[in-house]
Amino acid sequence: MMELIGISPQVLLGQLLLGLINGSLYAVLSLGLAIIFGLLNIVNFTHGAQYMLGAVAAWAGLKFLGLNYWWALILSPVVVGAIGVLIEKTMLKRLAHVDHLYGLLLTFGLALIFEGSLVHWLGVSGQPYPVPPELRGGVNLGFMFLPWYRGWVVVASLTVCLLTWFLIERTKIGAYLRAGTENPALLKAFGVNVPLLVSLAYGYGVALAAFSGVLAAPIFQVSPLMGSNLIIVVFAVVVIGGMGSITGSIFTGLMMGVIEGLTKVFWPEASATVIFVIMAIVLLVRPAGLFGRA
Amino acid sequence: MNRNVLIGLVAILLVAPFFLYPVFLMKVLCFALFACAFNLLLGYTGLLSFGHAAFFGASAYVTGHAAKEWGLPFELAVLTGALTAALLGAAVARLAIRRQGIYFAMVTLALAQMVYFFFLQARFTGGENGLQGVPRGYFLGVVDLNDNMALYYVVAAIFLAGYLGVARVVNSPFGQILKAVRENEPRAISLGYDTDRVKQTAFILSAGLAGLAGGVKAIVFQLASLTDAHWHQSGEVVLMTLLGGVGTLLGPVVGATVVVTLQNRLSEGALNAYVPVVLGAIFVVCVLAFRRGVVGEALAFLKRGKE
Repeated sequence: MMELIGISPQVLLGQLLLGLINGSLYAVLSLGLAIIFGLLNIVNFTHGAQYMLGAVAAWAGLKFLGLNYWWALILSPVVVGAIGVLIEKTMLKRLAHVDHLYGLLLTFGLALIFEGSLVHWLGVSGQPYPVPPELRGGVNLGFMFLPWYRGWVVVASLTVCLLTWFLIERTKIGAYLRAGTENPALLKAFGVNVPLLVSLAYGYGVALAAFSGVLAAPIFQVSPLMGSNLIIVVFAVVVIGGMGSITGSIFTGLMMGVIEGLTKVFWPEASATVIFVIMAIVLLVRPAGLFGRA
Repeated sequence: MNRNVLIGLVAILLVAPFFLYPVFLMKVLCFALFACAFNLLLGYTGLLSFGHAAFFGASAYVTGHAAKEWGLPFELAVLTGALTAALLGAAVARLAIRRQGIYFAMVTLALAQMVYFFFLQARFTGGENGLQGVPRGYFLGVVDLNDNMALYYVVAAIFLAGYLGVARVVNSPFGQILKAVRENEPRAISLGYDTDRVKQTAFILSAGLAGLAGGVKAIVFQLASLTDAHWHQSGEVVLMTLLGGVGTLLGPVVGATVVVTLQNRLSEGALNAYVPVVLGAIFVVCVLAFRRGVVGEALAFLKRGKE
């Protein structure tokens, strides 16, 4: 039947898988944005640059220190997250009492600095990063060929999303985090160290971005501008899903990736804009977003 | 005071091309007008649009196409471009005002990115090469605009008209309503104003003016390109306004002058590759230590002197 409409199942499933990969990256990135937004009330424009920094740290670790992929997967989120905590402590903290738009502008400036300063070093087109030897090759599922690495990206992203969900919904620190999102002043009155909590939340959100950057490195090139268009798509995903719910961000991210993948098969020219079109429709029909509180 | 500022501005506009390269000055004026348009929205209505390059770029393309392919004269080509930008602004505003604050910025950014991809793929824009060889033509059929000096004075007049237009809007009763929306929207609603409509009107005005700037820029440089519609351009216009002073009439003009001068200077030297880094650093400094901008700080200083 597929052949009748001129599309082979190979192509369809291949794009579906790629869509699922993009979707799981969207999910992790929008989850990080949502956590940061919840506690700091700012939209972290540097998120795309921090995703890129994660990939660059992995690449640099391999090239200069000989650290393999698995080390990079652990260390690069830690390093980039620590830089994030530093940014929060030195800059974002000062913006807590002014209009939230300034946070967006500050993080936009930081994104320009990070991306601009690495262009000279890495070149615009970027550097390749090898697939780890343990995950080379793939398996023939009968109807399609599944490269191990691509499957791993989806599994790893979803695992991190679930762990984050567990951390926020089922642990004590998660309860503090949710309380801080609702009412930081009251939480402070109960003796909780809210400034520390805010720093940790920012660091964790940033670490999530860096983690997805490492996951993406072997699939896409490690280039200084790899996060700059991606972040705008993630913004659209966040508008579609609303930043109110964690499961909402995960679900919306995955769904948008799959829809984008399918569009690539059936109407390639529209694949770059389909998510923005969906955003426009959602704004017309349900302005608060699919999972947002009105 | 305001009269003196205006006389000074006109005097500078009149004599500047005898000291500085007119094409550079025209670039400054185009971006100054663009920033004034943007400031009408951010400074006086309190709406941060992170997608204003869409209007600037759309008008640049339409103006260029109208002048080159349809053979429209200068005035009509620019007008067509500005009207297109205003219409696009009406469409974007309808969607974006459904969300507030930070979401408003994200929605405008995403919609502008959609417009960018449209121009990247559409056939008439020339893709990565841009729309080249736009003819400058004649102003009102008589003044040859291929002469830089002649074009400069036309552009200066358009800029001045735009600047005075913004000043007029800001100081009108409608401008008071805009500020009321900026300061306290629920209160403006309770006073019986249809704030959604007010915001839409401001957005359309701002988009149309941004389009005017983009159209003139396409004629001056005889080129409309993807750079004009890229989100970096949207960021730059925010920076110009912020640096000069949000919510001051002269601020965006000062900010645009500084940023364009800086870009020109840097692109000549060894720092060419680091222009975004420098702009980013200015952004960070402005937000952290200098939120009132150059003109805002100067006004505050004068006020303190009087007291």
